[in-house]
Amino acid sequence: MSKLNSRIPEGPIADKWTNHKNSMKLVAPNNRPKIDVIVVGTGLAGGAAAASLGEMGYNVKAFCFQDSPRRAHSIAAQGGINAAKNYQNDGDSVYRLFYDTIKGGDYRAREANVHRLAEVSGNIIDQCVAQGVPFAREYGGLLDNRSFGGTQVQRTFYAAGQTGQQLLLGAYSALSRQVGLGRVKMYHRHEMMDLVVVDGKARGIIARNLVTGEIERHSAHAVIIASGGYGNVYFLSTNAMGSNVSAAWKVHKRGALFANPCFVQIHPTCIPVHGTNQSKLTLMSESLRNSGRIWVPKKKEDAEAIRAGKLKPTQISEEDRDYFLERRYPAFGNLVPRDVASRAAKERCDAGFGIEANDTNEGVYLDFASEIKSKGRQAAYAKGEHSPSEERILELGKKWIEEKYGNLFQMYQKITDENPYETPMKIYPAVHYTMGGVWVDYNLQSTIEGCFVAGEANFSDHGANRLGASALMQGLADGYFVLPYTVSDYLANEIRTGKISTDSPEFDAAENDVKDSINRFLNNKGTKSVDFFHKRLGLIMWNKVGMARNEQGLKEAIEEIAALREEFYKDVFVPGDADELNPELEKALRVADFIELGQLMAIDALQRNESCGGHFREEYQDAEGETLRDDENFKYAAAWEYAGGDATKATLHKEELKYEFIKIAARNYK
Amino acid sequence: MAAKTINITLKIWRQKNNKTKGSLETYKLDNVSTDSSFLEMLDQLNEQLINEQKDPVAFDHDCREGICGMCSLYINGRAHGPDTGTTTCQLHMRMFNDGDTIYVEPWRSVAFPIVKDLVVDRSSFDRIQQAGGFVSVNTSGRTMDANAIPIPKADADKAFEAAACIGCGACVATCKNGSAMLFVGAKVSQYALLPQGKVEAKDRVLNMVRQMDEEGFGNCTNTGACEVECPKGISIENIARMNREFLKASLTSEK
Repeated sequence: MSKLNSRIPEGPIADKWTNHKNSMKLVAPNNRPKIDVIVVGTGLAGGAAAASLGEMGYNVKAFCFQDSPRRAHSIAAQGGINAAKNYQNDGDSVYRLFYDTIKGGDYRAREANVHRLAEVSGNIIDQCVAQGVPFAREYGGLLDNRSFGGTQVQRTFYAAGQTGQQLLLGAYSALSRQVGLGRVKMYHRHEMMDLVVVDGKARGIIARNLVTGEIERHSAHAVIIASGGYGNVYFLSTNAMGSNVSAAWKVHKRGALFANPCFVQIHPTCIPVHGTNQSKLTLMSESLRNSGRIWVPKKKEDAEAIRAGKLKPTQISEEDRDYFLERRYPAFGNLVPRDVASRAAKERCDAGFGIEANDTNEGVYLDFASEIKSKGRQAAYAKGEHSPSEERILELGKKWIEEKYGNLFQMYQKITDENPYETPMKIYPAVHYTMGGVWVDYNLQSTIEGCFVAGEANFSDHGANRLGASALMQGLADGYFVLPYTVSDYLANEIRTGKISTDSPEFDAAENDVKDSINRFLNNKGTKSVDFFHKRLGLIMWNKVGMARNEQGLKEAIEEIAALREEFYKDVFVPGDADELNPELEKALRVADFIELGQLMAIDALQRNESCGGHFREEYQDAEGETLRDDENFKYAAAWEYAGGDATKATLHKEELKYEFIKIAARNYK
Repeated sequence: MAAKTINITLKIWRQKNNKTKGSLETYKLDNVSTDSSFLEMLDQLNEQLINEQKDPVAFDHDCREGICGMCSLYINGRAHGPDTGTTTCQLHMRMFNDGDTIYVEPWRSVAFPIVKDLVVDRSSFDRIQQAGGFVSVNTSGRTMDANAIPIPKADADKAFEAAACIGCGACVATCKNGSAMLFVGAKVSQYALLPQGKVEAKDRVLNMVRQMDEEGFGNCTNTGACEVECPKGISIENIARMNREFLKASLTSEK
């Protein structure tokens, strides 16, 4: 237990962050240019941190594997960002956002971190508007809001279905300004290959220039990892193709604990799988659940007829439809949290009511017909048309939908070749976000001194389930408003250190390790592609460490992954050379880490003998199929210590979670 | 979905790096599902090449949902292929027929040098952004309340439409002059339409245009091809607005 000191400040919850900020050490402006900081990843957390630290005057080096920092996968976030502004006067407050997030996370997140997140949420909106982020507005010129799952207020700010894009481009503009001023040096098409630890402190990284293949040494007084989540361990997910765990995993291998790896968010509204050559899954924003109603046929024979192409959804009458979320959860309806909605969809499909004619019959409808009618009627009235025709209502209703969700509807049509204005969308849950990640204390510092971890890459704020529109909030909170303080506090002890040499045994060793692993892949005389193994890993993970898990399946998964790992190293074929752009080599190095992580996820899921949030163990459910938490035995964050490539040997450390300000209760959305 | 499959012939530009000469190579690919995206089809080709122990085709891609702007490709002579309003990753094989021959080339522009095969270097876009594509506001979170300045919805909507640019470079690749004015115009417009961007409007447009010229992008002759091929439907009104901003700034800037 000695390894885990969460460093939560004393005092009442609402004063912790303020008091902590007032007591932290500072680095004077004249000393900052003497200090180097490395930021890995340029999404919302990394981009915001690099920009902010650059503005403060530190020497920042920022790294991304994409061809530009503007491409980080935060850009794909659609629906919105939460903030406790209470602009809609519907009873929102910092406390409500704090409470909703803790409850949404099924009481497996750290209170103090979440409260801080809620506190700074309003600043994020102010900052972004000042940067010129074009949020959606009402006719009066003020900011518009909508609802997201797991809340009963409207606190979500948005920019059509492209909120992540607009926020990321905001952070990218701030970052670009610093690059232009020479305060941040940008290394695009660079991948972090290892963390260099000297005397217990993070002192730099080894990076590979992905164009030339050159292995580079970069030293710094602190290293920030903001490399995103690990959803691609499932092969198919809503993550970008390049999203990977490697930066976080390398840090873990160098001594940082990795927490709650089994907490994965399966998002309810994604476009169903179409075939075996599919490379990724596409999300349809949760914001659509503001307007869409989720249903399957009430009668099995109707579902069968639909799958056989003999019946269209629009032909099923109202009384023959089962709006199962509205039926099971009347208080929150279609806006229950993601884990709840996903399991409910799975339950209906497992019972034979799925409507998609793919291998697994997995799919449910997301239907906009009611909303089109109701908004169309409202729009007609607003125009002074008090007895509009049916056609006029539909016309205005579709226009309203287009304004709110136009890009999502277009994307859906491109992918499926169906028009969602005329027929309901088909959706099914898919892997989307990972709540687990590198364990960090209140300062976002990992168990390696000087190595900070932010955004989705850390484990801190979302417990066992993240609420919609909270990832953008956390990424920007970490990058703009937490790290500038906590990293400075750490760096205050580094002002006398001086430039850190890259000519040291630690850098030598790390570089040699990297070169060895590259050569090993390139010289392997295998026969199968990296994707061949990645797809197999994905199937094991989805079937046995996916939406529903059980003891037997998890044990099998652990064995199967071990066998897969052996086969991978024996039989993988990586073409090309080390000194060129070599995407297959990049993939091989990433999949090697995914395999190790996948096994740890199964081990973590196996030790957690309870169901909570996205972690659903079939053995632990009530009569209605709801999750059964075990607060007596599992109210902790499970932080794993690396013990070699065989994850079954990893050591578990527990951070007991204390709920001093929120009364812990069964999560109820009924 | 009863997936149909087609057999196709691909003519793909292969080039080892920016120092060697490239050429079009021919590949046959069978059993391509019409539900596959164009990039999934390329994945399938690469899988085939790897199984034959050959070097796979390098191409840029990441989000595969049409928003990151990383994918490119000139397909049958059109940026992002035959469909309109879409990126290559959202182009589906149902747009093609059994027996088709498909030409796949990289973006062609002086300012986008080839890295390998279909991969080009678009860092010139980043440098234009660094020259002025921002509001000079430091992180503080205490600028003023987000609702302190109401912004007319029409302006906010127009700013958003301009800001929807994904920086893919299709506008440049498709322009006979290799002009980046749609890209730059969109960024200039986003800020010019918002009160927060007005303070630095003059410097911004002058600096971004200067950088654009230095990078070797051509001029705009109003052919409008960029608007047609832009996957996000960015309007050439933004170019007109940039020209107005540029003229105004050139005449009145005190620098």
